[in-house]
Amino acid sequence: MKRRDLIIIGAGPAGLSAAIEAAQYGLDVVVYDENALPGGQLFKQIHKFFGSKEHRARERGFRIGQQLLEEAGRAGVEVVLGAQVIGLYDGLIVQVVRGDRIERVRANAVVIATGASENMVPFPGWTLPGVIGAGAAQTMANLHGVRPGNDLLMVGCGNVGVVVAYQMLQAGCRVQAMIDASRAIGGYGVHAAKVARTGVPFFLGHTILQAEGDGKVESATIAQVDERWQPVPGTEKTFAVDTICLAVGLTPATQLSRMAGCTMVNLPGLGGLVPATAQNGATSVPGLYVAGDAGGIEEASSAMIRGRLAGLAAARRQGFADSQAAESRGQELHESLDRLRGGPFGERIRAAEELMHKALEKEAACQTA
Amino acid sequence: MNRLAEHPVLGTYERGRRVTFTFDGEPMEGFEGEPIAAALRAAGVLTHRYTAKNKEPRGVFCAIGRCTDCVMVVNGKPNVRTCVEPLCEGMAIRTQHGLGNGAVAEKEERP
Amino acid sequence: MSDCLKTNGYLLMEDLANAPGVPSAERRKQGPVAIFECIQEIPCNPCEQACDKDAVRVGSKITDRPELNAENCSGCGKCVSACPGQAVFIVDESKGDEAYVTLPYEFLPLPDKGEIVLALDRSGSVLGEARIVRSRLLDSMDRTAQVTMAVPLEWSMQARFFKRKEA
Repeated sequence: MKRRDLIIIGAGPAGLSAAIEAAQYGLDVVVYDENALPGGQLFKQIHKFFGSKEHRARERGFRIGQQLLEEAGRAGVEVVLGAQVIGLYDGLIVQVVRGDRIERVRANAVVIATGASENMVPFPGWTLPGVIGAGAAQTMANLHGVRPGNDLLMVGCGNVGVVVAYQMLQAGCRVQAMIDASRAIGGYGVHAAKVARTGVPFFLGHTILQAEGDGKVESATIAQVDERWQPVPGTEKTFAVDTICLAVGLTPATQLSRMAGCTMVNLPGLGGLVPATAQNGATSVPGLYVAGDAGGIEEASSAMIRGRLAGLAAARRQGFADSQAAESRGQELHESLDRLRGGPFGERIRAAEELMHKALEKEAACQTA
Repeated sequence: MNRLAEHPVLGTYERGRRVTFTFDGEPMEGFEGEPIAAALRAAGVLTHRYTAKNKEPRGVFCAIGRCTDCVMVVNGKPNVRTCVEPLCEGMAIRTQHGLGNGAVAEKEERP
Repeated sequence: MSDCLKTNGYLLMEDLANAPGVPSAERRKQGPVAIFECIQEIPCNPCEQACDKDAVRVGSKITDRPELNAENCSGCGKCVSACPGQAVFIVDESKGDEAYVTLPYEFLPLPDKGEIVLALDRSGSVLGEARIVRSRLLDSMDRTAQVTMAVPLEWSMQARFFKRKEA
């Protein structure tokens, strides 16, 4: 069986950042990604990122993707595409499908950076062609240059909803309405404001009742919801739309971390079930790390730092980076992450981190008992 | 026409050469290397398959190869995820009925 | 503070009244000046990085709101294209009975100088006609163009977008 210092699963912002960081300390690093192209979801992010200069603020996501790939290349990272990891045994034996072959490779450390999948919300008509994920709308317009539809309803006003709605306007679609069952827009106000000033109405405290159409979406009906999330009769509104975009959250991709036997915790603030991790991404399985959305839903800017932390930790574990410089590098990354997680929008993550610590302490107490 | 000629942020799109393919026997055009689903969407096709039991139409949902809602029969091979499968010259793409491999489905497809 | 940003997606004038990034009425009359319509504490500071006149400060805590030092601001607009939230505008109320409003614009095509458009307020409601004074897209703006429109003076703090007149 082949052996590598570090195997990273997923070539998105977290995985590539982990690879670059680890390779800098001399590790032999391979990144597997099941897709034909690397970058994860970065190449459809055409907006300018927030944060500070250290977080590559005001750079557009797809350029950050290009930069990461170039950096990975320079650092000597091997990126293998069309490589689907289907098994993780003892945490460190990776089973990967490449073409018609299945290979097993042993690693000294593994970083899971498999990202997340979009949530859906069922309603009558939700399986009709024309009901798509917000990410799918982004992929179609920004990667492939094809408008997903002409008239859209956006369900969900978190950052994904407001960002994608704006991008659909840029692609020349009409956004008929933005709705969210919550009473308040969850995304950044500045993102919502870009959409609102073009004349798109927001309906907070509203849910989608159904999608109508013969074989495809032709209209959608929404209604206000009461305190118990039940539709209020008489408040229905119908929009003539051919596309309904669902931006109702993301769920961490935990198939591999569960298979590897990681201790899991359910933290709604991170998107549901996630592997319990220390701040550097270390899971309960020695040598196995998780970074980015696969360990809890956050922005791509944070995913890149979490990747760096995991890459650094994997290097240190193997004795590659036990210098004073590596020590202070870790400190610097933690501080950079804290800066992104400040303010009211970081509250969700900070609270979830707190719960994570408690879960880890409890786990440790059980083990020593 | 659903194709974007120019984008305010991305400029013009880099596309492969123009190729022809068939959808349920009907000739169509697309660009080499783009996902089959993109070419179909640009040509106005929304229904990729019908479910086995209730014969309900399904189309693209996630567009990144996760949900498998968009599978079709491509060059005779069923269950191809058209949102990630690159388009090639001369591809024969068919609407999938059910799992796409049963005799019933084949019979349904034949006129 | 109103709930309007959280419920409808746009700010009301009252929300901006005491924001640290909004220049005084006096200052606006003296010539072009930046207006930071950024009132939530989000982790972001490219405006501060973009300004070479020390006119906007976020500080070491990047979730703090941008604070304008209006005396240093020349209304150059570097912060307009730098802002990832497209929340910075330049207003010039020194032009007699009209005001110049400069806004970030990421749509195609750019309007032509002299074109008559419909000015919109923050909610997207039509205020009335406006005249395009300038459209600018430099490499340094990274595809966030800046469009300046002339509007009646009383709309200077309302007009924040525009749409084309129906052909």
